[in-house]
Amino acid sequence: MSELFEIWVYLAERPLVWLTVTVLVYWAAHRLYLQCNELALLNPVLIAVVVLVGILIATDTEYGTYFEGAQFVHFLLGPATVALAVPLYGQAHRLRKMGLPLGVALIAGSVTAVVSALGIGWLLGLEADVLRSLMPKSVTTPVAMGISEKIGGLPSLTAVLVILTGITGAVLAMPLLHLLGYGPEDATAKGFALGVSAHGIGTARAFQHSEEAGAFAGLGMGLNALLTALLVPLVDALIVAL
Amino acid sequence: MIGTIALLLGFQLAGEVAVRMLGLPVPGPVAGMLMLFVALAIRRAVPEEVATVANGLLAHLALLFVPAGVGIIAHTGRLEGIWPILLVVLIASTLMAVAVTAVTLSALRRLQRRGGS
Repeated sequence: MSELFEIWVYLAERPLVWLTVTVLVYWAAHRLYLQCNELALLNPVLIAVVVLVGILIATDTEYGTYFEGAQFVHFLLGPATVALAVPLYGQAHRLRKMGLPLGVALIAGSVTAVVSALGIGWLLGLEADVLRSLMPKSVTTPVAMGISEKIGGLPSLTAVLVILTGITGAVLAMPLLHLLGYGPEDATAKGFALGVSAHGIGTARAFQHSEEAGAFAGLGMGLNALLTALLVPLVDALIVAL
Repeated sequence: MIGTIALLLGFQLAGEVAVRMLGLPVPGPVAGMLMLFVALAIRRAVPEEVATVANGLLAHLALLFVPAGVGIIAHTGRLEGIWPILLVVLIASTLMAVAVTAVTLSALRRLQRRGGS
């Protein structure tokens, strides 16, 4: 028994354990999701994060130790973002025709995401630094953290809010769109809405729907990163001026 | 496969360099994505190997967000007391953004189709 414990103490400090655990837990969460007919609440990212947080607490492991292993998975986010160009190119013939509708929908969605978070948060009594951390929540983590820092928010809090926004979008967007009457054939609008409002996690959810939805989600995510980086400092300056 | 991995990393690196040099407010990989898109548009085709590797990577995009998501464990102190409010804000705001984006896009496309026909 104590020998086993020693092996654990050794392994727990190596990257291999937490890398393996991350992939295994995600694999199991994904299988569960498929077996339960893709029930929205069983979103694989949500379940995997909850289970892993539980494991880290139970084994008294620091996030830094965990991340030494998990960083190998985390690193792939960069090349995967670049790879989004491939499905996007597959939709290139449609992009040309859809430029104006996409542009207007992007602006409408981006402004809604920023202003509604600010407005509802302010009504519910959140403090200024939390509100500033909240405004860029719909864009991909590195951009959101940069914006938050620029306007005096808390970048690390922003990172958490970004991930929670992504999970919220991945879990609730499809049921909402279904309620609004969007069917399987509306992959373009559903995908674009997921990418604009819930960045990469929304894009991952859109890819589970179809490659077309994923392509438009990737486009929405990329464009909204650009727009939000311009929009949020402007909104912040406006509010300070008022 | 190695060729495609080199290609993706190369475009990511090119994106990082471009963003730093031009002082753009976008992350390097997003700039890399746009550059690869332009390269594919010039070439007018996606090499089969590139399509296979890219789609394989994107099929499991969700996994790649798990390590960052677990990072919430490092912020429990800051979230104490305000997390129910934050959840309400995030859910309401995200749903509003989803609905507005989708409805705007499909309404404009309907208009466009009607105008075109």
